[in-house]
Amino acid sequence: VCIHHVRSCSSIRFVRPKYVCVFDKSAVKFSHQQRLFRTTAVSCGQIVQFKLSDIGEGITEVTVKEWYIKEGDSVSQFDSICEVQSDKASVTITSRYDGIIRKLHYNLDEIAFVGKPLVDIEIDASKGVAPEEDVVETPPMSHEEHTHQEIKGHKTLATPAVRRLAMENNIKLSEVVGTGKDNRILKEDILNYLAKQTGAILPPSPKAEIIPPLPKSETVPAAPKDKAHKIPVPVSRPIVFSGKDKTEPVTGFQKAMVKTMSAALKIPHFGYCDEIDLTQLVQLREELKPLAQLRGVKLSFMPFFIKAASLGLLQYPILNASLDENCQNVTYKASHNIGVAMDTEQGLIVPNVKNVQVCSVFEIASELNRLQSLGSAGQLGTNDLTGGTFTLSNIGTIGGTYTKPVILPPEVAIGALGKIQVLPRFNGKGEVFKAQIMNVSWSADHRIIDGATMARFSNLWKSYLENPASMLLDLK
Amino acid sequence: MVLPSLVKNCLQLSCILRTPKAGFRSTTSGGLIIQSVSNDVYQNLAVEDWIHDHMDLENQQVLFLWRNSPAVVIGRHQNPWQECNLRLMRQKNIKLARRRSGGGTVYHDLGNINLTFFTTKKKYERMANLKLVVKALKALRPQLEVHVTERYDILLDRQYKISGTAAKLGRTTAYHHCTLLCNADKFVLSSVLKSPYKGIKSNATPSVSASVKNLFEEDPSLTCEMLLDAIAEEYATQHQTDHHITLINPTDETVLPGISNKTKELQTWEWLYGKTPQFSISTCFNMVYKDSVLDVKVDMDVKHGRIEACNIDLPEQWLPPALCSELVKNFAGSKFCPNETTTLATAFLRVCPQDDELHSRCSLLCENLIMLM
Repeated sequence: VCIHHVRSCSSIRFVRPKYVCVFDKSAVKFSHQQRLFRTTAVSCGQIVQFKLSDIGEGITEVTVKEWYIKEGDSVSQFDSICEVQSDKASVTITSRYDGIIRKLHYNLDEIAFVGKPLVDIEIDASKGVAPEEDVVETPPMSHEEHTHQEIKGHKTLATPAVRRLAMENNIKLSEVVGTGKDNRILKEDILNYLAKQTGAILPPSPKAEIIPPLPKSETVPAAPKDKAHKIPVPVSRPIVFSGKDKTEPVTGFQKAMVKTMSAALKIPHFGYCDEIDLTQLVQLREELKPLAQLRGVKLSFMPFFIKAASLGLLQYPILNASLDENCQNVTYKASHNIGVAMDTEQGLIVPNVKNVQVCSVFEIASELNRLQSLGSAGQLGTNDLTGGTFTLSNIGTIGGTYTKPVILPPEVAIGALGKIQVLPRFNGKGEVFKAQIMNVSWSADHRIIDGATMARFSNLWKSYLENPASMLLDLK
Repeated sequence: MVLPSLVKNCLQLSCILRTPKAGFRSTTSGGLIIQSVSNDVYQNLAVEDWIHDHMDLENQQVLFLWRNSPAVVIGRHQNPWQECNLRLMRQKNIKLARRRSGGGTVYHDLGNINLTFFTTKKKYERMANLKLVVKALKALRPQLEVHVTERYDILLDRQYKISGTAAKLGRTTAYHHCTLLCNADKFVLSSVLKSPYKGIKSNATPSVSASVKNLFEEDPSLTCEMLLDAIAEEYATQHQTDHHITLINPTDETVLPGISNKTKELQTWEWLYGKTPQFSISTCFNMVYKDSVLDVKVDMDVKHGRIEACNIDLPEQWLPPALCSELVKNFAGSKFCPNETTTLATAFLRVCPQDDELHSRCSLLCENLIMLM
C-alpha cells in the first residue's frame, strides 16, 4: 500500500510542472488544482508549521532580514530558508523538512518569535520519516528509505545520509550523476564527484562490480570493461551534461555598448588598412624610455601614435569633425581630443586626451598614465570620458593584425592598431632586413569622408611614424 | 557516523596544524588556536566561512586570530552608503567588506586585532568569550580599567569603546567575533566611518557610533603581538590545551579546499552592494551652471543595489522633458555605482543631440548624480 501511494504521488509530481506553466498567475488557483487532484487520488500533502527554533542566550525575538525562498518553492532538508538578526547576531535558519513552502508568516523587517511558526511547509506524507526535533545531531542513517526530492523539477533520489554528505561538501545533487537504481545517487557518486573537484585519489569502491545495468546502456561508449579491475571506470557511465542556459538582463557596461554601437550602425563605414614599419620608432622609444622614467612617466608607443594622428588631423580636419543628426551640417572640432580605447575588468571604456594639438609627446604620455590608472581603478569621471573627437584603439597589445573597428558617435573616424611583429622586408637596395611591422585599420564615415582623404591621412601618419625625425619639422 | 570526506577535511586541517610535540591529546575539551598569515580582509573572512561550514566543532573549539590592512567591514544587513564614506575609501584604496555576521560597521587596520570564537551552536556564549578577553588584558596589564557592557562592547575607563562584537549562527555551528583596538589610525577611522550621503531611508541595521580609544594610548608599551599572545594564553588555559598558535594560510587549497571560491564570493559586487536591503534616496542639491544656481531634487529607489526607480526634478525647461526622461530611463536597472553610471552616462551623451549647450547641461547633471553614489 505504501509503495502504491508513492507511485501515485510521484505521478502527480510529474504532472505538476505542466500546471505551473498554464496556471502561473494565481497561487490560489494553483493550490485549488492541487487539492482537487489530491482528493480524487491519494492524500499526499501534509502542512507542517515549522517553528523558529531556539537561538540561544535566552533570545525570544528576532528580525527577519532576508528570505531565501518564496511561497511555492521546493525546499530540501538543510536548505537555507531565511536570515534573521538579533542583537548583532545573524542567524541562518535552515529547513528541517523536504517539501514545498506554502506560507511565510513574516514579511521583511518584521519581528519573529522563537517557538512560533516561521513558515508552513507541505511535506510528502509518503515519506514516512517523522520530523525530528533536532535533526542535526543524529543523521538518520538507520533509515534506508529512499526519499524523493525535487530540485527545480528534476527528480533526484538519495538517502538522507547521502544528502547530508552532499550538503556538507556544498555539492548540488542536481550536478551529481547517480549510478544507483533509477539514477539514484549513491555515496560513491558523491565521493567520485568530490575526487574530480579536488583531484584527490579515492580508494576503489568495493561495490563497483555490482552496479546494475543502466537503462540508457545504448548510449554508453564501448569502453573495454576489464572485469579483473576493481576500480570503477567512469567512462562506462552514460555522460550526462547537466549544464543549463543562463539568461541575464543587459545592464551596465553591456547596456552602454549596446546603446553606442546601435547608434554607430547608422554610420556607413568604410575601411582602409596599411602596414607601418616601426623599426626606427622602436629604437627611438628605447632611447627615450629611461628619460621619461626619470620624470616618473611610463612611455609606451601610444603617445607617438596619438601625436602623429593630431599632426595628421591638422592637415585633414574633416577627420576630426562631427556630422549633425540630420546630416545637414558638419562641425569641424577645434580641439583634438583623442580617445584611447581601454579594456578594463568591467568592459570597454574610451577616455580621451584633451587638446593633443598643444601637447608634447611627454605630456600625452603623462596624461595617458593618469587615465590608465584611473581607468583600471574604475574611477574615471564623465569629463575624461566625454568630448572625444577621434579615437585610436591599440588592440595589438592583446593580439591581432587587421581589424574592422566601429566608429564611436559623434566622431567620424577611428583607427585600430595591430600587434608589432618582426617580419622580413626588402630595403631600398633590395636586401632583406628585419622590420618591426605594425598593421593599422581605419574606419571612416563615408557620408563626409572619402577614400582618398583617408588614404592621404594614413600616409601622412605613417610617414611620421616610419621616420620620427620628420615629426620635428611639424611639431607645434 | 563520521563520513569519509568529512573526516578527510578535519584530518587534513588537524594533521597539518597539530604540533608534533603535543602528542596524542584527548580532544574532549580541546581548543585549537590558529592565526592567519594574511592581512587580506576577504581571505580572512573566507577562513571564517570555511571553518563555519566545514569543521566539526563537537569536540574542539577554535580561536582564530587575524588582522587586516585598511578596510571597512559592514554587517550582513547593513547599507554601505549609509555607514561609510565610499568616495573617500575609493580614493584612499581602503577596501569595503561585508561580513556574514550581524551588527554594525567597523574600521580595520593593522593596529586592530580580530578574534573569532568558534563553537557548536549549543556552546555559543558571547559574554564568556568577552570576559576571557578582559581577563587576558588584566593579566597582561593589571592597571587597565576594562569591562564588558551589556551590549557586548568592551569599554576602557568606562568611557571609550575598544571592542565591538558580532556573531553568526548556522545550523550546527556558531561563531562570535570581536575587534580590539590596539593602535589603529583614529583619524582615518572617523573620516571613513562618516557617511556623506544624505537623504537615505532604509531598514538596514544602523550602526551606533561610539567614542573610541586605542589601548596604545593608555599604555604605549602595548603592541598587537602582545595582546594576541595574552589572549591566546588565556584561551589555552581555559580550554586546557597547548598554548600553541598555529599559522594558517588562507590561500592554501590543500588545507582549506574550496577557500578560493569563498574568497571570490566575498569580493563580488553582488555580495558587497547587492545584498543591501532595499532603500530609497530623497535629496536635493545645488548645481552651479554658468551664472546661475539651480535647485535639483532627486528621488531614487534602490533594490539589490540596482536603481529600480529614479525621478529628477529640475527647474522648468532647463532640460527638455523628453531628454530628461530618456536620461532617467537610461539608468533604470543599472547598479547604483559611480563606475557603471558614468559609463551609461557617457554612452547616453554620445547618442543624444549634440547641441553643445544641451550636452554640457546633461553632462553636469550626470556628474552630480554620480556624486550621490
